[in-house]
Amino acid sequence: MAAPLDQKRPDLSRALVDAGFAALVTFGLSFPILALRTEQDMQNRLIVEPRWSWSVIAVMVVFCARLLAGLLSDWRARALAIPGALIAVFGAHMGVTQALTHGAGITALGLALLIGAFALDARLRDAPAPVAAPRAERADRSRLISMAGLAALFLFPFVMLAWLGPQGSLKWINNYGVQILIYVMLGWGLNIVVGLAGLLDLGYVAFYAVGAYTYALLSTTFGLSFWICLPLAGVLAAFWGVILGFPVLRLRGDYLAIVTLAFGEIIRVVLINWTDFSNGYAGISSIPRVTFFGVPFTAADDGFAAMLGLEFTPIHRTIFLYFLILCLALLTNVVTLRLRALPIGRAWEALREDEIACRSLGVNTVNTKLTAFALGAMFGGFAGAFFAVRQNFVSPESFTFIESATILAIVVLGGMGSQIGVALAAVAMIGGTEILRELDFLKQIFGESFDPAQYRMLIFGLAMVVMMIWKPRGLISSRTPSIFLKKRTAVAGSLVREGRG
Amino acid sequence: MSRWLTDPLLTVEGLTMRFGGLTAVSDFHFSVGRGDITALIGPNGAGKTTVFNCITGFYKPTQGRLALARTGVANPVEVEALTRSGRRFATMQSGDLFLLERMADHEIAQRAHVARTFQNIRLFAGMTVLENLIVAQHNALMRASGLTLFGLFNTPGYRRAERAAMARAVGWLERINLVERADDPAGALPYGDQRRLEIARAMCIDPALLCLDEPAAGLNPRESAELTTLLRSIRDDDGVSVLLIEHDMSVVMQVSDHVVVLDYGRKIADGAPQAVREDPKVIAAYLGVDDEAEVIAAESEIAAIAGDSP
Repeated sequence: MAAPLDQKRPDLSRALVDAGFAALVTFGLSFPILALRTEQDMQNRLIVEPRWSWSVIAVMVVFCARLLAGLLSDWRARALAIPGALIAVFGAHMGVTQALTHGAGITALGLALLIGAFALDARLRDAPAPVAAPRAERADRSRLISMAGLAALFLFPFVMLAWLGPQGSLKWINNYGVQILIYVMLGWGLNIVVGLAGLLDLGYVAFYAVGAYTYALLSTTFGLSFWICLPLAGVLAAFWGVILGFPVLRLRGDYLAIVTLAFGEIIRVVLINWTDFSNGYAGISSIPRVTFFGVPFTAADDGFAAMLGLEFTPIHRTIFLYFLILCLALLTNVVTLRLRALPIGRAWEALREDEIACRSLGVNTVNTKLTAFALGAMFGGFAGAFFAVRQNFVSPESFTFIESATILAIVVLGGMGSQIGVALAAVAMIGGTEILRELDFLKQIFGESFDPAQYRMLIFGLAMVVMMIWKPRGLISSRTPSIFLKKRTAVAGSLVREGRG
Repeated sequence: MSRWLTDPLLTVEGLTMRFGGLTAVSDFHFSVGRGDITALIGPNGAGKTTVFNCITGFYKPTQGRLALARTGVANPVEVEALTRSGRRFATMQSGDLFLLERMADHEIAQRAHVARTFQNIRLFAGMTVLENLIVAQHNALMRASGLTLFGLFNTPGYRRAERAAMARAVGWLERINLVERADDPAGALPYGDQRRLEIARAMCIDPALLCLDEPAAGLNPRESAELTTLLRSIRDDDGVSVLLIEHDMSVVMQVSDHVVVLDYGRKIADGAPQAVREDPKVIAAYLGVDDEAEVIAAESEIAAIAGDSP
């Protein structure tokens, strides 16, 4: 937006050259990945089956997208033009292969969007740049936004229930609401260790496992209720956090990452092999389900539905689980925000900035690191207990390294240390994965065997690369000071250190 | 007038530090007078920073005793008794006594109240100027927050402690002329301001001894003059003893009450600034030796070359 005026005018020849180059790169990349496919034939021999059409489609899509981006200078116009182009292509394809009239209609819609984008771009180019809102107004607005977000989170299950009914809303509340909130909570927990204290932890899933098995074992062997097991799960996870913390106190950076990674694996391998304790691969099943403070969610006469005089449906339990994890996640957030403004939280951040300076100021770095590990682990343990009560089945399969990597990716993607950034990243990563399952219309383009969910990791990797280029310090990289004299000014991300262990 | 002999705050005896086969400091004796500005000088690589790191606990000395008498004059008998007892510190009849060589770095800052700055500035760059000064008061605030428990519920006691910490920080910001920049990140300050902020941060731990590692490095003459004023004010108004390593001789000669010179890990001079300045050994260490034998050897070499080509 701050570009000089002469660069604002789109230049067709430059855009064409640029798009051609992008298409060439795409061809180079897509040739080995998309165009050459190896198959086994009837004699079990490996043969190459070319898929040139895939490569050609990829090249064309990139060419068009890049050309549009080159011709449109404003990001809002680009955001409008790219779906327009996609819809137009989809419509054209449909017109040729299936129904001509439908296809023509969709193509027209796409073209209309494209024309709209060009018109919008022309208008925005001549409009003056918007003036930033004054600081006080912005602070008010951000408070308003967070209140509205909180209200939306509390109303979400009821809106879904009213809109889609008990059957239709189950998926949205469970797969989206509960699943995303679990990862938001895990992200916030890990954020204490990685984002605030700057200790790179690759084995966070171990504490999640400790929490889950705590509830699973205590409830199945001793019949303890969830509300007793929840704090116990937190305490035990924190204990294991300290156990991990001690040997790694002197390690930094890569070495710390390797040891924490090993710790995560040790917990999982012990759970697999110590069959007397954890029942190995088979896991622990028939874990008691969650109750409404003692009232079960069943169709029985003493059940929750009967108590309130409602018709029984399983959605009641799901909604209760949703509120449970929402409260746990909010607890994590409130505690973390409060700790940040206390000496312990400042010591974590100071530790991330410069450990030697910390020691010269009398900060006990051993205690500081151990409390960070313990508190991060405690919230992981809470989330684990919730996981067990939600699934009513736990097995070591749920606690593999990829879980740790996902949680760490959420923290890094969100911007280390930023609470709202981590929440947004969890929505994008977990919600995005779920959304891929919904994209059935893509089958009409790529054929029946196309399953977008299988491309999860590819998209994941691409998103990571794009993030590294576009926002290397995460979605929200600036740091909010914990205390201020006159006004709270965010610290630019480039000044904040990431911690080396 | 030599306070370092009559009322020493810190007494270093037989300090030796070896790194493998390299002896960085050997059998070094000196003392820091209470209320003095003591300068530790010497050529590059003389072992000054090693001595600093031993005093502040960043290195464990190979040999030697570093006794700090925070209150009152240390009685040699009591120092000996504490050394034999195997304890790190104790309250004796003559006052609090600390054996720094036995204590960990953060303990030295927290209990013995020895603060330090670094040769390459170590501020918390991503935290604001104010936050840097609040982190320095970590231990006081930690106690007030009841190890975080009271702080979590924001009890009046904790709020009072936080306000006191804030007042102290603001007081220091006023002294170093940085109040206006209190909410700016420390990493965004100009170099000279960062140096002053690091000193203010060290002062916020309420030190008995302030160790400054080359505080005037990279400062312009005006900033050096400001630093001299600040150091004098720390000595006279706050009653804090200062130990500094410095290469800028104008600063050293202006502010110090006592100068100790180190060369190749050994002490070569110790005394009042004027006396040290005129010490031939110090001049030799800084400017090189007027070595008779070396001169004769060089002259004969030249004569030989001249003789070869008539």
